[in-house]
Formats: sequence, C-alpha cells, structure tokens
Amino acid sequence: MSELAAHSAHPPGFAHQFETIAQQREAGKLGMWVFLVTEILFFGGMFTAYTVYRSLHLQAFVTGSHLLEVKFGATNTAVLIVSSLTMALAIRSAQTGKRKGQTIFWLILTMLLGATFLFLKFRFEWYHDYVDGIVPGVSWSYHGPYAPGAQLFMCFYFFMTGLHALHMVVGIGILTVLIIMTARNKFSSEYYAPLEISGLYWHFVDIVWIFLFPLLYLIGGRYLGS
Amino acid sequence: MSTAIADLHETPADLGVNYLNASYGIRSWLLTKDHKRIGLLYLATITLMFFVGGTAAVLMRLHLIEPQGALFEPETYNKLFSTHGIIMVFFFLVPSIPATLGNFLIPLMIGARDVAFPKLNLLSWYIFVTGCAFALYATLSGGVDTGWTFYPPYSSSFSHTHVVAVALGVFIAGFSSILTGLNFIVTIHKMRAPGMTWFRLPLFIWALYATSLIFVLGTPVIAITLFLLGLERILHVGIFDPAVGGDPLLFQHLFWFYSHPAVYIMILPGMGVISELITAFSRKKIFGYTFVAFSSLSIAVISFVVWGHHMFVTGQSIYAGLVFSVLSFLVAIPSAIKVFNWTATLYKGSISYQAPMLYALGFIGLFTIGGLTGLFLASLATDVHLNGTYFIVAHFHYIMVGGAVMAYLGGIHFWWPKITGRLYPDYWARVAAALIFIGFNLTFFPQFVLGYLGMPRRYAVYPAEFQVLNVMSSAGASILGIGYVIPLIYLTWSMRYGPAAGPNPWRAKGLEWTITSPPPTENFEETPVVTEEAYSYPSSGVASV
Repeated sequence: MSELAAHSAHPPGFAHQFETIAQQREAGKLGMWVFLVTEILFFGGMFTAYTVYRSLHLQAFVTGSHLLEVKFGATNTAVLIVSSLTMALAIRSAQTGKRKGQTIFWLILTMLLGATFLFLKFRFEWYHDYVDGIVPGVSWSYHGPYAPGAQLFMCFYFFMTGLHALHMVVGIGILTVLIIMTARNKFSSEYYAPLEISGLYWHFVDIVWIFLFPLLYLIGGRYLGS
Repeated sequence: MSTAIADLHETPADLGVNYLNASYGIRSWLLTKDHKRIGLLYLATITLMFFVGGTAAVLMRLHLIEPQGALFEPETYNKLFSTHGIIMVFFFLVPSIPATLGNFLIPLMIGARDVAFPKLNLLSWYIFVTGCAFALYATLSGGVDTGWTFYPPYSSSFSHTHVVAVALGVFIAGFSSILTGLNFIVTIHKMRAPGMTWFRLPLFIWALYATSLIFVLGTPVIAITLFLLGLERILHVGIFDPAVGGDPLLFQHLFWFYSHPAVYIMILPGMGVISELITAFSRKKIFGYTFVAFSSLSIAVISFVVWGHHMFVTGQSIYAGLVFSVLSFLVAIPSAIKVFNWTATLYKGSISYQAPMLYALGFIGLFTIGGLTGLFLASLATDVHLNGTYFIVAHFHYIMVGGAVMAYLGGIHFWWPKITGRLYPDYWARVAAALIFIGFNLTFFPQFVLGYLGMPRRYAVYPAEFQVLNVMSSAGASILGIGYVIPLIYLTWSMRYGPAAGPNPWRAKGLEWTITSPPPTENFEETPVVTEEAYSYPSSGVASV
C-alpha cells in the first residue's frame, strides 16, 4: 500500500513499471535512439540499393536526376531545417517552464512547416511528375536517352521520398497529439519527456531529407557541363 | 483439509493469487500489458504456426517416400516447401524463444516489474498476429512457390502465386521483431534491479541482448527489401529485373544481410537457454562466465559480415568469396567456446537427467554436428559440390531443429512450473525428449548422405537409387511428429491437473525462482537487491567438492 501511495505522488505520466521518473525518462530516450537506429537501417537498405544502381547506371541516373526541379527541393530543405529549429524551441519552452501557449505556438508552427513541405512535394513535384509522365508504373511516357535506367532512378526517387513523406505524415500526427497533451497541462519543466523524444524523431526525419536532397537532386553534375 | 477439498473443484492445488487468475475473461488477456501474459499469447500463436509449418513438412516427407513422388503435383510440392520454410522461419523460429520465454523471463530475471514499454510489447503481439494472418491467408488461398528466400525472378515475373500477401506478412511480422528487440534492449539497460550488474546477469539475458541487437539492426533491411520486391510486383517496375537494369543479385545480398544474422536470432536464445539448463542440472557455476557472455555478442557482430557464403556460386567475385569464407570460419570460434564451456561445466557436476537436461544434452550434440557441417559449406571448394543439395537441408536443420527447437522445448519444460505453477509428468517428458532425439536424427542424418551423393533440394522427384535413404528420413519424420505432439498433450493436461510446483522445483538459482509460481502480476513484492554472481550453486568451488 505504501508503495502505491509513493507512486501516486509522482507526476502525471509516470508508468508503474519504473522506479523513478528519471529512469522512465532515460528508458524513453534510449528507446527512441534504438528506434532511430532501426530507421537508419531501414532507409539504409534503400540508400545501398540506390548507390549500387547509381554506380551501375551512372549516366542514366544523371539523366533521371535532371528531371527533378532543384528549386522545390531546395525550398523544402530550408522549410525542414526551420521546422527543426521550431521543434527545438518548443522543447526549450517546455523545459524552462514557459506558459503552455508558447509551447503550443512553436508546435503548431512546426506542424505548419511540415505541412508546407508535404504540400510543395505533392502539389509542385509529384503532381507535375504525373502530368509529365515520369512516374514509373503509374504514368510513364518518357522516351529520352537512357529511358530504362531513368525509370529505375525515378522508382528510387518515389520510393525514397515517398517513405520520407510517410514519416513526415506520422510526425505531423505525433505533433497533433503533443499539442493536445500540452493544452491539457500534461507537461511541466519536470516532465516533458514525450516532447523531447518526439523531437528526436522529428530531427531524424529532417536529417534523412538532408541526405536525400543532394543524393537525388544535386550530385548529377547539373551545374558542371551543359 | 476441508478447504483443500472445496478448492479441488476449481483448482486441484491452490496456487494463490497470481498473474493467471488475477483477472478473468478474454478482454483481460487481449488488453493485457503484463509481459507474462503477452509471453503466453505468443506461445499460443507460435504453437499454432509450428503445427501449420510442421504439417507441410509431414506432407513433403510423405510425398518423398516414392522416387516419382507419392502424393502431389510438382507445383503443389513447391508450395509445400515454401510454406514450410516461410512459416517455420519467420513465424515460429524467429519469435520462438525471444517472444515467449524472453518476454516471460527477462523482467523476472533482472528483478523488474515489467519490460520498459508494456504497451509497445502488446502492440508487437498484435503486429505479429496480423503478419501471421496474411501468411495463413496466402497459404489457404493457394500458397506461394518461391521458396522461403523469395529470390527474384522466382518471386517477380515468373510466379503467379500470392507472393505479395506472404511478403507483406513477413514485412509486418518484422516490425514485431524490431519492437520486441527494442523493448528488450531498453529493458536490459535500464530496468535491472539494484546490484544486478552486467556481469551478474544470467547468460540467458546476454544471449537475448545479442539477439535483440540483430533484431534491430537486421530486420529493417529485410523489411525494406521485401517492400521493394512488393512494389516491383505491384507496379511492374524492374527493381530487381535485369531487363530494365535491375540486379537480382542485389536482392540476394540484401536478403542475406538479414537472413544470415537471422540464423543467429534463432540459435542465440537457444544457447542462452542451454547455459541456464546445464548449470541448473549439474548444480555448478558456469565455466568461464565472461567468455560465454562475450561469445554471444561476438556471434551477433560476426553474423553481419558472413552473408556472402550463401552466394559462393551466384557469380559473386572470387575475392569476395574468399573474404566471406574466412569470416564465416570465425563464427566457429565463439560457437566452440560455448560448447567447450558447457562441457567443462558438466565436468564433475552433480548431473541429473530430468527432461529439460535431456534436451540440453541433445542440443550440445546436435548443435556441434550442425556447426561442424557448416564448415564444409563455408569452404569454397566443398561448397561448390554441396550447394543446393540435401547436405544444406540437413546442416541447417541440425542447427534450427536440433539446436533451436531442442533448446526451445528444453526451456519450455524448465520454466513450465514457473509459467503455470504446475508440474508435468516427467516420465512422459523424458519419453518425448528421447523420441524427438531419435526421430530427428533418423530424419536428417540420411539427408547428409543424400546431399553428399548429390541429391538436389527442392525437387518433387528423385532417382530411384536414393529411395532407401528417403524412406528412412520419412520414417524419422513421423517419429519426430509424434514426439512433438506428446508434449502438447501432457503440457496442456498439466495446466489443469498437474501437481503444484512450488516456487523452485529444480532448486535452481536466479531471481525468477525466488518468487511464487506462477508469479504475482507485479512480479516482486519488493524490488530485489542482488548480492551474488549468477549460478552460485553450493557445490561450486573446490572447497565443497
């Protein structure tokens, strides 16, 4: 009974299997780091396949890369980097015990930036690709040089950015939950672990894009020849 | 006395309030966050999958009684061996010990109330069941004929079977592995009781820690590979199709990057179980604790750099082949360390031959044969002769069935009194263990000979000269089948009618034996404080000999 009483004295969000709130926080953080390691391997399989095929079909992959619009990729890179900043500011404001309105503001801003990324991606990139007939398996009418290899490139482009976009959608879902939790006063300067852990995820998704952008858009020698 | 008789109607022996009877009803099981109940949910699920996969094996062996095939069309035979492999590997062996015994025992052994993330643990089971559902759906609606390896082009342009459904099932079940591994890693790092230092952990925990590393590092790669394969089939684009610049070998590389470590997902937890059994039934401290612990980790590490030995004859460069061959030989070192240390533990121990110990001793012998025959396959020249023959089938069944399944059954028998609070009939358990050992060897030893003589695997027919050995193998399979059904019967019987086991029927060491059987929902009334090494059996040390 005394044990139960001791537990109920802990802040909200404390789970029964832990001895202390610090143990819970460390476990949560380690859990997220391990999860991110699995994510690296998950994307890593695709990066490996991309790298192997790029070395096998270099010219075709360069051709494919030139089908992409750098200006949208670059804008989205900027949008995501700013969203990582706003995410960090949201955590900072919870950590320093600022008013919950401030935390919510930064979270909503992060969410809007994430949504902007997806809007640009779907509306100005994927939709145009569909219209232009460079979506393998769905709409393909490209008959330029290196067509088969360019198709392979576009496959990887859609799989990799699609998987990344899926992670963004999940991230926006997580942000929605965090906003509701913040509004319901679940967090304090002592307990904000869910914010911190979700932040790790958000930054990870950001970093994946930091690798995808040069790999897909930039390293095709676009600004050297022609 | 009168109360005892009154209780007889409900429970033959009063086991007190525990995790099994703390709450009743289907909801209390399907929504449980208790690691012990989740372990039992997995136990029920994988037992079902084991008998599905086993049925396919029995049908195959019946078919192969006659050289021209006794029962099926070749297409059906292809589907049978594919179903057998896929179900047994992904839906039985991979989750077997980790998801059942691991879930049940890790918190008990390290002195925790539960795993670090109980909800995630339950979610893992639901994900696993969803994966099973896809696999069973595909099997019942016609099956797949790709073999368990899903090599393109068998799985892409040339198969008209349910490849996508099965690949999706394996993909989904993979996330169950990932989340289970994640949960175990965090639990072992962060949930240990005071005084439970890394080098006081039972070796079962070290083995599962190493297994979890493979879960989280390997499984995502097979997931993405099957994802690419599925997209190739659905969208008709050529990821692995040479016609449009793809490379089927890339699939094999990515596949074996997971699937070779997956072999150690299957055997490492078994090795952990054997360390527990050997010490408990020879009443001795393990010989060379740190060597056994680190051999688990080094097996996990080396497992990631040997995958190319599955591809010696695929056109991989000869230099890559040489490197993979040498690296594969390295696995023999930590494996041999384990076998030698178990044997050294037995030396001058007070050995008793109860059912779990019979499985443990069977494991050591069969694993040794399986491991040594692996060296034939890791050598480039002999592999050219043996690749694609029954020699390989025999080799990996010695590891996976003679090793992993023996350890699984040994572990189930050892911890059954803890899980259910009841004893099973030891006589029948010994009979079953003996039948399984005999049946197993009769099934698979002839396959070494068949393979050496050149009989290829995966064929529905064979030359008449191989019939005698095939009939021996099929006869062994029927003995093996009976051996597996007997424990199912008496263990089920014991759940209701077995005598109460008490907290520690084997007088074994370890935190799980210090609490009541079955354990209470919270595991420990007070968090235990650990003050001694693992396996500190009284007879250990020279003084008490």
